[in-house]
Amino acid sequence: MTTSAQPDWSTGRVLATAPVAADVQRITIQRPARGRAAPGSHLDVRVPVGDTTDVRSYSIVESDDDGSQLTISVLRVPQSRGGSAFMHTLVPGDELPVTQPLQNFPLSVAAPRHVLLAGGIGITAVAAMAQALRRAGADYTLVYAGRSRERMAYLDELAGLHGDRLVVHIDAEQTPLDVAELVGSIGRHPLSGATELYMCGPIRLMDAVRRAWESAALPLVNLRYETFGSSGWFQPEEFVVTIPQRAVEATVRSDETMLEALTRAGIDLMYDCRKGECGLCLLDVDAVDGALDHRDVFLSTTQKADGRTISTCVSRVVAREGSPNGPRVSLTLP
Amino acid sequence: MADLMPSGKVTAKIFPHPLNAWYAVAWDHEVTGKALMSRTVAGRPMALYRTRDGRPVALADACWHRLAPLSMGKLVGDDEVQCPYHGLRYNSAGRCTAMPAQETVNPSAMVPSYPTVERYRYVWVWPGDSTVADPDLIPDMHQMDHPEWAGDGLTIHAPCNYQLILDNLMDLTHEEFVHGSSIGQEELSESEFRTRLEHDGSVTVERWMLDVEPPPFWRKNIRDRFPDFEGRVDRWQIIHYYAPSTICIDVGVAPAGTGAPEGDRSHGVNGYVMNTITPETDRTSHYFWAFMRNYRLDSQLITTQLRESVRNVFAEDEAMLAAQQAAIDANPDHEFYSLNIDAGGMWVRRILDRMLEAEDRAPVRSAARSAVGSAP
Repeated sequence: MTTSAQPDWSTGRVLATAPVAADVQRITIQRPARGRAAPGSHLDVRVPVGDTTDVRSYSIVESDDDGSQLTISVLRVPQSRGGSAFMHTLVPGDELPVTQPLQNFPLSVAAPRHVLLAGGIGITAVAAMAQALRRAGADYTLVYAGRSRERMAYLDELAGLHGDRLVVHIDAEQTPLDVAELVGSIGRHPLSGATELYMCGPIRLMDAVRRAWESAALPLVNLRYETFGSSGWFQPEEFVVTIPQRAVEATVRSDETMLEALTRAGIDLMYDCRKGECGLCLLDVDAVDGALDHRDVFLSTTQKADGRTISTCVSRVVAREGSPNGPRVSLTLP
Repeated sequence: MADLMPSGKVTAKIFPHPLNAWYAVAWDHEVTGKALMSRTVAGRPMALYRTRDGRPVALADACWHRLAPLSMGKLVGDDEVQCPYHGLRYNSAGRCTAMPAQETVNPSAMVPSYPTVERYRYVWVWPGDSTVADPDLIPDMHQMDHPEWAGDGLTIHAPCNYQLILDNLMDLTHEEFVHGSSIGQEELSESEFRTRLEHDGSVTVERWMLDVEPPPFWRKNIRDRFPDFEGRVDRWQIIHYYAPSTICIDVGVAPAGTGAPEGDRSHGVNGYVMNTITPETDRTSHYFWAFMRNYRLDSQLITTQLRESVRNVFAEDEAMLAAQQAAIDANPDHEFYSLNIDAGGMWVRRILDRMLEAEDRAPVRSAARSAVGSAP
C-alpha cells in the first residue's frame, strides 16, 4: 500500500489512451513501481499552462499490482486553464512529469458499512474504492449520478463488477439523484452511526449532501470527501486583493490563487496544505466588493456565512450580479 | 531447464518480513479497554486497545498531526483515542473526530487502523494492505483454546531476526547441544527425519526416535499420566510450519513398542509446542509460545510446571539466538551455508521469499554467494 504525502517526481510515459465517455479520456501511464496504488489516491502531473507549467491532480482509477501502470481519466473542462486540454492531446509514447500515487482520500475498510457517491467524473475517485471493498467482501453501495449516459465513464464496466450494489441516477432519463432520499436512507439504516459516505463530484452536489448529512445529525467524520481546491460555487474570475496595511494591491488572475498573487506582490504569508484544509493561510476580511467564494473545508458553514475570514490558498472573490465594479477584497494581516 | 532460485537470496542473513500476513501482536489478556499499549509489528508501531464493546483495535502509534505516540494518550468515549499532545481524537477506524481550536475537522486527517482478529488467545494484526486481509489466512492454532487441550505460555522478546527463530524450530537437532539437561539426547542427531512440503503449502518435518531412554522432561510428563511408568519410549517430534511464521510441534513419548508410530498414542503423552513469531524490527522479534497438552486437563499444577520448564528450555534458545545475531552482525563479510538438517528451514525461507516477491520486497541477493566460485 503506497500512501505517501511528499511528491516524488519522475518521468511517466503514456502507454495507452482511449475515450471512455463524452469529453473523457482514459490515460494509462507507466512510471517506476512503488507498490499498488491505494484506493482514493491520485497522481499529480505537471502540465504546460500558457508559457509556464502547473500541477494537476487526477484520481487513479486502476493500478496494477506493483503500481507501475496507473490509469487516470480526464474530463475536458471548458474553463480549463490548459491542463485538461493538454491531457487530451497525449498519445502513447508521450512523456510527462508525474508523482508517485499521493493519498488525500484514504478508504477505511474498517467501517462496517460504506456508501460511495460519484457525481460525473467523480467516479474516478471512488471506482478503485468500490473494487477494493468488493475484494474485501465489505458491505458497500456505489451510487453513480450523471447528466446523461454518454457522459458517464465506466458505466457498463461498473455494472458488470458490482451488480446490484451499483445504483445509477441519470438526469436525462428522469432518474436524477435525490440527495435527501439518499441521506435519509443512510440515516434509517441500523448502522447509520457507523456508515461512511465517500463522495466525489461537483461542489453543489457535495454541498447538498453535506447539508443533508448535518441536518440528519449523522456523524460529520463519517462524511468523506476530497478537495483539490479546484471547484467552487462560481467560475473563477479575475479579482483584486488589497492589503491596506502594506499599501499592496494585487490582481489575482482567474488561473492563480490569492496566496500566489500576494506572494508575488512581496507579502510573506504563512501556509501549508494549499488545499483549503489546514487553516494556516487564513486572513481577516476587511471589506468585499462582490461575493466571497469559499472553497476551503477548514471554516465551518457558520464561519463561511460570517465572511470574516478567508482561506487565501483556495478561496476567491466573484462579482456581484448587477454591480458596476469589478470584484475586490481588502484583507488584514494578523 | 527452469531457472533456479539464486541461493544467495534464500539464505539472506537478515530476512525481510511479509507485510500482507497475520501476526500475533499480543495475548488476548494484554489488550484492554482500560489503557493503551504500544507494540511494534513488522516495523510498524501500533497503539492497541479495546472498544467499549470489547473489539481489539490497532491504530498506527503516531498522531496524524506531529506524530506523537497515541499509545501515550487516553481512551475516550466508546471507541476513541485522544492524542496525549494536542488532544486530537481518532475513532477505531482511524478517522480523526476532533481537532483543537477549530470548528471543523480536516477531512484528510486519519491514522491507519490495522485489521485485527481475536483468535486462539491472541490478537492478530495485518500490517499490510488492509483490503486483502482475509481472516481465513490465520494459521491453525486450535489447540490454544480447544476443550481437549490445556496449557499456557509466555512471550519472549528475542533480540534476533525472526527467521533465525524459525530456523531454530524447524530443526530440533539443536536440542542435543543446547538443551542437554532437559530434552536433549544424542539420538536426536542420529535419528532420521523426513521433510515435506504439503499440498496446503505448510511444511512438515517428522522425526521418530524409537526405543530410547526418555530425557528428564519426558520422564516427568509420562509419569504425570502413568505414575508407575518405567523403561524406554518411542519419542516423536512432528513440526508443522504455517506461513509466514507459525510453527506447531506435535511432541510426545509412549512406551517403546506400544504402537505410537503406527498411530496408537493411547499409552503415552502428547503435547503441542505452539510458536508464533512476530517480527518487530529486522533484528528483534516477539516470540509467542505455549505448551499445550491433552491429558490431565484440570491440573493447574501441571500447566504451571510445564510452562515453567519450557520457559527454562527456551531461555537457552534465546541466549543462543542473541549470540548468533550478534555474531552475524559482527561478521558482515561471512555468509550462511546449509547442512542437510536445514531442509525444513530452507522450505520456510523459500515460502517466505515467494511471499516477499509477491509484495516486491524480496531479500537482497548476497553478492558473495551469487558469484560463482567465490567462497572464501
